[in-house]
Amino acid sequence: MSIATHSPVRSIAAHAILIAYTAIALFPVLVIVVNSFKTRNAIFRSPLSLPDAETFSLIGYQTVWAQGDFILYFQNSLVVTVASLALVLLFGAMAAFALSEYRFRGNTLMGLYLALGIMIPIRLGTVAILQLMVASGLVNTLTALILVYTAQGLPLAVFILSEFMQQVSKDLKDAGRIDGLSEYHIFFRLVLPLVRPAMATVAVFTMIPIWNDLWFPLILAPAEETKTVTLGAQVFIGQFVTNWNAVLSALSLAILPVLVLYVIFSRQLIRGITAGAVK
Amino acid sequence: MGSLTLHDVRKSFGSVDVLKGIDLEVGEGEFVVFVGPSGCGKSTLLRIIAGLEDATSGSILINGREVNSVPPAKRGIAMVFQTYALYPHLNVRDNMSLGLKQAGMAKAEIGQRVDKVASMLSMKELIARRPAELSGGQRQRVAIGRAIVREPDLFLFDEPLSNLDAALRAQTRLEIAKLHDHLKATMVYVTHDQVEAMTLADRIVVLNGGVIQQVGSPMELYNNPANLFVAGFIGSPRMNFIPGIHAGRGSIHTVGVRPEHITLDPDGGDLEGTVTHVEYLGADTIIYLECKDVGLIIVRNFGEQRIENHKRLFARFDPRRVMQFNADGSRS
Ligand SMILES: Nc1ncnc2c1ncn2[C@@H]1O[C@H](COP(=O)(O)OP(=O)(O)O)[C@@H](O)[C@H]1O
Ligand SMILES: [Mg+2]
Repeated sequence: MSIATHSPVRSIAAHAILIAYTAIALFPVLVIVVNSFKTRNAIFRSPLSLPDAETFSLIGYQTVWAQGDFILYFQNSLVVTVASLALVLLFGAMAAFALSEYRFRGNTLMGLYLALGIMIPIRLGTVAILQLMVASGLVNTLTALILVYTAQGLPLAVFILSEFMQQVSKDLKDAGRIDGLSEYHIFFRLVLPLVRPAMATVAVFTMIPIWNDLWFPLILAPAEETKTVTLGAQVFIGQFVTNWNAVLSALSLAILPVLVLYVIFSRQLIRGITAGAVK
Repeated sequence: MGSLTLHDVRKSFGSVDVLKGIDLEVGEGEFVVFVGPSGCGKSTLLRIIAGLEDATSGSILINGREVNSVPPAKRGIAMVFQTYALYPHLNVRDNMSLGLKQAGMAKAEIGQRVDKVASMLSMKELIARRPAELSGGQRQRVAIGRAIVREPDLFLFDEPLSNLDAALRAQTRLEIAKLHDHLKATMVYVTHDQVEAMTLADRIVVLNGGVIQQVGSPMELYNNPANLFVAGFIGSPRMNFIPGIHAGRGSIHTVGVRPEHITLDPDGGDLEGTVTHVEYLGADTIIYLECKDVGLIIVRNFGEQRIENHKRLFARFDPRRVMQFNADGSRS
């Protein structure tokens, strides 16, 4: 720590900026959660006040519970998110390992090709994707969503992870080879644990857009039994009347699973300190 | 026990030729040190011997068996790395056992071997610790233990002491020398430090630019270097090189003389210069003499000698120890 960062003025300024930023970032979430516990009138009359004895109401949650099959929607969202995440991390890490570890013809080109997807939004290909899914009979299945999200998440995962894998000690991998470990063993047991912080970062960046996505569920899997939470919440948004209690309650509930996943990954971020492997 | 034969080993990375035809015989039980400046291809050569890198051409024989297409684990070698390369998630015992476990050895026998080596290296109390809980010196000791446990035909060391501080380096160097005496194993050791090479080696292989410059015992290299590069690389402080015309030997391109083979004389000698700096090391005194047209000449006198700065003195070369080099660097 340098002396400068201990100066109280700097420290206060830094904290003020960070607190302001946190407040701004959390405000919309807070408004959603707070209002989900209020009556419809109270939401409109004083959207910023906390619920009191008079305005407190669980009507939104009751509606969500009663209408539609929200447990199923949650389950669908979770299945899609977790499965896509697992595939993105597995294949992304494997591709990154191959790119950073092995010298082969076209290595750099392959790396560029795999990273290209970062710059081209996958939604541009929606029509082709839909045709593909129709042709392969995958419309209205969770598989369709998982495949699309895996494709969507891979480029960034490969890009970030290959940077990190290059930093894993070459000597460590070679020591493993001399001890007779297979390349799979080296990858799973030596390299992956050392890039765990990077994996957690990639997981967070990959997970949130998948969980929040409305586009592909709407197009590829709008059937009742494959609806995700974001799509399910749309039933409360009508052309003329919107059931705000239910919408806010559904959104509040939708925050919880991602929050849990995020907590899991951020612990990995912190724990993934691996001093002592080399030097 | 094991022997190693390299036959015309070449290696290119893309269009860069890193090794340009290496031929070498290492006998059973020999301690051979590859020495050379950074980037000359020492590690690459060692990695080719280990099987971690493929040779572009040429053949590698361990115990007379060609191993070009044998994977590292089956070559009967063990390697110690500069960065220790211990498995971070395993404790010392498991670090040392892993290779044997992979080779399918029985648990009991592995345990015995590990215990034996641990007590040999006096690190029994470390056996349950993770690498993160060890100091640098201890980590390197574990890395050496991991190599010994495998009882390989051939030990490979890639600059194992470079990450240690000076005191520990000297101590570990001694331990490696003792280990070699004790195990009587064949060892190939890579370093850029000529002192390490001189103190450890039965034979030194001097590499430069991917070519072997000379192979010989430490004293052969010191007393009889094959060329300008070896003469300059072996010995510390390094040999003085003086253009022949300035040393009164016009027919010779370059004259080489080691600092310890020069005496200072106030009255006359081969070169006249001014003392610019004196280092008192106790056992030796190093004198830097600035000579006209030639530049700095380093003189090493034994014992403590008071020499005034800025004094004009003559350097007198020991005529029996002066070496002569041709324009292309070869000895003449
Ligand atoms: N994987 C590689 N790809 C390209 N060049 C390499 C690779 N490994 C080593 N080199 C080059 O080969 C030369 C010799 O390297 P190295 O054997 O590590 O030298 P040393 O161990 O003697 O310092 C260096 O110029 C280095 O840049
Ligand atoms: Mg090296």
